Amino acid sequence: MALLEIQNLTIDIPTSGGLLHAVRGVSLSLERGKTLAIVGESGSGKSLSSLALMDLLPRRAVRRADALRFNGVDLMCATERQKQDLRGNRMAMIFQEPMTSLNPAFTIGDQLCEVLLRHRKVSRTEARDRAVMLLEKAGITSAGTRLGQYPHQLSGGLRQRVMISMALMCEPDLIIADEPTTALDVTIQAQILRVLRDLQSEFGMAMILITHDLGVVARIADDVGVMYAGRLVETGPAAKVFTTPGHPYTRGLMDCIPTPGRTKPGERLGAIPGQVPNLVEELRGCAFRERCGQSRSACGESFPDLWLADDHRVACLSGQSAENAA
Amino acid sequence: MLAFGIRRLTISLCVALTVSIVAFFLLHMSGDIAQAIAGTDATPEQVSQIRVQFGLDRPLVEQYLNWAWGVLRFDFGTSFYFRDQVTTLIAQRLPVTLALGGISLLLALIISVPLGVLAAVKQGGWIDRAALMFCVLGQALPTFWLGLSLIIVFSVTLRWLPVSGSGTWAHFVLPSVALGWYAIPAVMRLTRNGMLDVLASDYIRTARAKGLRMPTVLFKHALRNAMIPVVALAAVQFGFMLGGSIVVEAVFSMEGLGQLAWQSIARQDFPVVQAIVLVLAVLYIGLTLLADILNAILDPRIRIA
Repeated sequence: MALLEIQNLTIDIPTSGGLLHAVRGVSLSLERGKTLAIVGESGSGKSLSSLALMDLLPRRAVRRADALRFNGVDLMCATERQKQDLRGNRMAMIFQEPMTSLNPAFTIGDQLCEVLLRHRKVSRTEARDRAVMLLEKAGITSAGTRLGQYPHQLSGGLRQRVMISMALMCEPDLIIADEPTTALDVTIQAQILRVLRDLQSEFGMAMILITHDLGVVARIADDVGVMYAGRLVETGPAAKVFTTPGHPYTRGLMDCIPTPGRTKPGERLGAIPGQVPNLVEELRGCAFRERCGQSRSACGESFPDLWLADDHRVACLSGQSAENAA
Repeated sequence: MLAFGIRRLTISLCVALTVSIVAFFLLHMSGDIAQAIAGTDATPEQVSQIRVQFGLDRPLVEQYLNWAWGVLRFDFGTSFYFRDQVTTLIAQRLPVTLALGGISLLLALIISVPLGVLAAVKQGGWIDRAALMFCVLGQALPTFWLGLSLIIVFSVTLRWLPVSGSGTWAHFVLPSVALGWYAIPAVMRLTRNGMLDVLASDYIRTARAKGLRMPTVLFKHALRNAMIPVVALAAVQFGFMLGGSIVVEAVFSMEGLGQLAWQSIARQDFPVVQAIVLVLAVLYIGLTLLADILNAILDPRIRIA
């Protein structure tokens, strides 16, 4: 049984301009110990989808799904109490904003130990020992003294290491990392990713990594899901999605990254023309067709769901021809 | 933390010194004190005799230094009206005013903080709207009117509580409600808005992501941060209450500092007025200092600043 099973997840947010259909039917599953990267540009619904799993969506947002199962628990029917018992315990989250995600009024140690004390019957000393162990694993030196410090005394990179340690306190089955390196310096980004990957494989956790950085995906993901306008347009093993991208949007994203050796100096990088469609309106057919070089009339009618291989799925009619050609 | 405390204390002492100078010189420039003591039908000889007797013929700076030296030894001089030590008079009245202010503030906090938290948690709900209505009402009713209304309802009609005086705890109930009422709207709104800000913050999302129970999220992670501005406001409000007690003490005829100040101004009893101004100012400064220290305990970021 898969660790996580999502079927037809939708998220609607009421705004002054009308009902915003931010996520429009996302289905995916994740096995134990695997890393799934979800890529897509801002507003594609990738962060909201991950918050929906934790049930941490903004209060006004409406979440619907045909199925949302984690570890055999139906999250759509679970009580608030059951969800509280899962959060921080079996599923944990690392956020995009390390500078503001820690409470300024409490010490690092207090905030770390709190998770373990909430979910396990342990003493303060045991919680403290585990916090020190995890901080050290996350690459923080003199972890013992850090426990007594407040968030404002730590840099962004250190705070994100603290957040990672915090997520690992109860050794969860699933860790959701929502753009964990976006707010950090480039030099720190690589370190944080390495820490995340090492700890994930050491503890054997599954991970959902939300990012818009395809370079990150190539380095640590087993599977990739590409999101566009609230839908998953392509899913598959990272290797396949990178070598034989099936969706024109995925290909467009990859053309945007400079590659040493292939991109000539001074050459213009690829860009996808046009804009993301208005998510307040109902979308018929493929949301990407206005910006797509290969669109045809049939694209306006259906939102296809095609299997390129038994593990590689693409929502594009041109994928059919690619499949036929292959 | 110690350095922070010492720095704030030094600033407070400077402010207290300034207040004492301003209070002294303003009063001495507001009229002829010797004339005030002697009365309107005194002869010029009597006036000048009093001037020498009370040392009022000395240079102002010398008079100030004499007075200030006395103040440091808790000697505020002699009341012209009571012919009694000012220190004794204040020592009799101050407890009444402090008790009145303290009970009023406590009452205001007990009502406004939980109400503010509830209004923020149920934003837009009926509690929130009712609380906002209550706030508008609270700010619109003048203290003296509320005080008189309370007397009519609870003392005259229902006969539950005494009309005036300050002898027993029952005497403090109505004045405290009248005085505390005024502080409720400001504290409640600040609590509500502070909680709304904090509840929308990233670290509250983190706290929820840890699976913490709602009471822990609200009262440990949110309230502590939302209380930082409220503590400062509460100290300022307490200061206002000490000043506002002049009206309430007059309405309820309580033997407090406010009543004494009001009467002494009318009697041109300068040493008493001077002493009350200084005592209230020092209390106010002390409260601000206390608020600063409490804030530093609540918010570790302030301790370094």
